Amino acid sequence: MIKVTTPITKKLCETLQVGDLVYITGTIYTARDAAHKRLTEMINQGIELPFDLKDATIYYVGPTPTPPNKTFGSAGPTTSARMDTYAGKLYDLGVSVTIGKGYRSKAVQDAIIKNNALYMVAIGGAGALLGKCVKHAEVIAFEDLGTEAIQRLEVVDFPVTVAIDGKGRMLYE
Amino acid sequence: MKPISVNIIRDKVCTMVQDINFNYPKDIRFLLDEATHNERNPLGKTTLKLLQENADIAAKEHIPVCQDTGMVIVFLKIGQNVQLIDGSLNEAINEGVRQGYEQGYLRKSIVDDPLYERINTKDNTPCIIYSEIVDGEQVEIEIGTKGFGSENMSMLQMLKPAQGEQGVIDTVLNAIKQAGPNACPPMVVGVGIGGSFDYAAVLAKKATLRDATMANPNPKYAQLEKTLLTEANKLNIGPQGFKGDTTVLAINIEYFPTHIAGLPVAVNISCHITRHAKEVIQ
Repeated sequence: MIKVTTPITKKLCETLQVGDLVYITGTIYTARDAAHKRLTEMINQGIELPFDLKDATIYYVGPTPTPPNKTFGSAGPTTSARMDTYAGKLYDLGVSVTIGKGYRSKAVQDAIIKNNALYMVAIGGAGALLGKCVKHAEVIAFEDLGTEAIQRLEVVDFPVTVAIDGKGRMLYE
Repeated sequence: MKPISVNIIRDKVCTMVQDINFNYPKDIRFLLDEATHNERNPLGKTTLKLLQENADIAAKEHIPVCQDTGMVIVFLKIGQNVQLIDGSLNEAINEGVRQGYEQGYLRKSIVDDPLYERINTKDNTPCIIYSEIVDGEQVEIEIGTKGFGSENMSMLQMLKPAQGEQGVIDTVLNAIKQAGPNACPPMVVGVGIGGSFDYAAVLAKKATLRDATMANPNPKYAQLEKTLLTEANKLNIGPQGFKGDTTVLAINIEYFPTHIAGLPVAVNISCHITRHAKEVIQ
């Protein structure tokens, strides 16, 4: 078991290998389908993004609404493959880690190798457990997208497994 | 005629959609516990234990088991001697979904136009309703709420009759292989055999909602379920795709007569939660 604190720098990425169980503490950003589409449009138009991509960790999740007496709702990973179209560009622009579930394309694997980055997976369908690791949440962009808005999350000991490392080694063959 | 108010149906739907999102169904929990005990891969076993812990947290704290609280699918069996009163049945069911998703702080995941605007309807409606008129004077409501991580990995094949049992086995195992880690294994798999192109898919959906600890009453189909389960668990996909003995918790088959020229097979992939419930209103 390895504990890391954000930002997960490229130097830190180098120390992590496929299959490592990692507990992340710090800041991560939520983004899934619609948010990725908008981020990409903004990049193409040269508009400033709602958060700094350098060494950022992006979590593919669409959480449930937070009930009044709770810190956060249910928040497990969604299928990463749907973000494959957008991921290469984001890795090129500085993102060091994406977190989701399931397979990635060859192009994403190549982008990870090229940028010495990482792809991690969280446990699909363990939303109640993972949501409890979120200690603070704030919508920072695209509020109109509801669950697909970009949120800045402060997490403590958020459990993930390295599924593609900087050498391109993959957890699922 | 036996009068039944659609308001009772609305309230039942409202309660049921919340209940299935907070509490694992008993049959699936039983199979998950059994699989956790039997899994030989240490990482697989740890993962299954985390799923058990997740289920316990969800039930205790009223947090949805999974953030994808799904698209609601309702199967109704309406007795022909029932008269539904107090308004529209379809509106009542959708109102039950709307209220349940609001009250339970469940995620609203439905977009109105599937291809162009894709704007979230913000209340998780509409749901999908299948109704059947049967004998009697009661209404049976069966509800499932389906996440799309697994739904997206489902498939349908129009086999040639000559492909027979082996064709069905290949189709089902191929679907499970392709689903892999994307479908949040251990999966529950519903298989629909026969009928037509559309009806095979409905049968597959019905099969996912059936009690996963019960075999098909026809011994031949029960044996095929067993064979498929054994073969699927040899694929070494394992919990979350981390390898191991537990790729599939259950495979349920539903079948229906078909055309002399056809053998439709639909495979509805579902995840380790497979939320489902049934209630009867008399």
